[in-house]
Amino acid sequence: MSFSDITSDQVVMILVLLGIVISAVVAVTVRDLLKAAIALAVTSAILTVIMFIMNAFMAAVFELSVCTGLITVVFISAISLTRPKTKEENVKIEKHKLRRFVLLPVILIVVAVSLVLLFSKLNINWAVLTGTSTESFADILWKVRQIDVLGQIIIILAGVFGVIVLFKERDVK
Amino acid sequence: MTLVFYCAIIAVVLLLIIGFASLLTSRNFIRILISLEVLMKAVTLMIISVGMVTHRIELTQSLVITLIIVEVVMIAVAAGIVIGIHKHYDTLDSTKLRNLKG
Repeated sequence: MSFSDITSDQVVMILVLLGIVISAVVAVTVRDLLKAAIALAVTSAILTVIMFIMNAFMAAVFELSVCTGLITVVFISAISLTRPKTKEENVKIEKHKLRRFVLLPVILIVVAVSLVLLFSKLNINWAVLTGTSTESFADILWKVRQIDVLGQIIIILAGVFGVIVLFKERDVK
Repeated sequence: MTLVFYCAIIAVVLLLIIGFASLLTSRNFIRILISLEVLMKAVTLMIISVGMVTHRIELTQSLVITLIIVEVVMIAVAAGIVIGIHKHYDTLDSTKLRNLKG
């Protein structure tokens, strides 16, 4: 494929994918935890854009409301409830961290290259996988995956009980 | 469309590497949670791009919604645990919690 075959849609998609990687790098490297949480929200928002481009509208709405909204609120409240470190402590930890993980970048690059190579070596038969999907999203969610929806309800209840137990124990003490 | 798919796979691998690197090197609990979130984003992007290339986006959307629910419950409970640890030990550094160290 030559460069002249690339359409404008593909260029937009590649730029958006580049954006999600850059915002993820910012989220894990920036020192201020509040800025990291906001960069994570930006990552979620860019993922929402990708989902809209790939025609996954329902998942995009969930991602935008839950991951960009709720998780950011949870993170920011957790950060404000816990005292952040001072700058000097952070710098000390960063130096210590760099000394301990000298070989980590090399290992990670090797893992990344091997993952990409492994994927390109996989001989996936797309013709078998690609089907004509006539069912709607609601049909699949409520008819094909009924038991999974039940599992989701149980997971949400488990989360609610977990949070209740945590906060109850703190009130007693 | 396959070009976009391969670019998405490369982005997934990069996100996984970024998340794992941060997960291994961080000691602050909130930063560890942020790394887990980045890993979750990689998995979500993988599922959605596979759904796009196999034309079964409806099925993958329902999978992604399950993933998002698991993700938000995990983060909510983990944030509660982090706040509890901060109340008990007054630190967010994972290396300073040595109560169970043998």
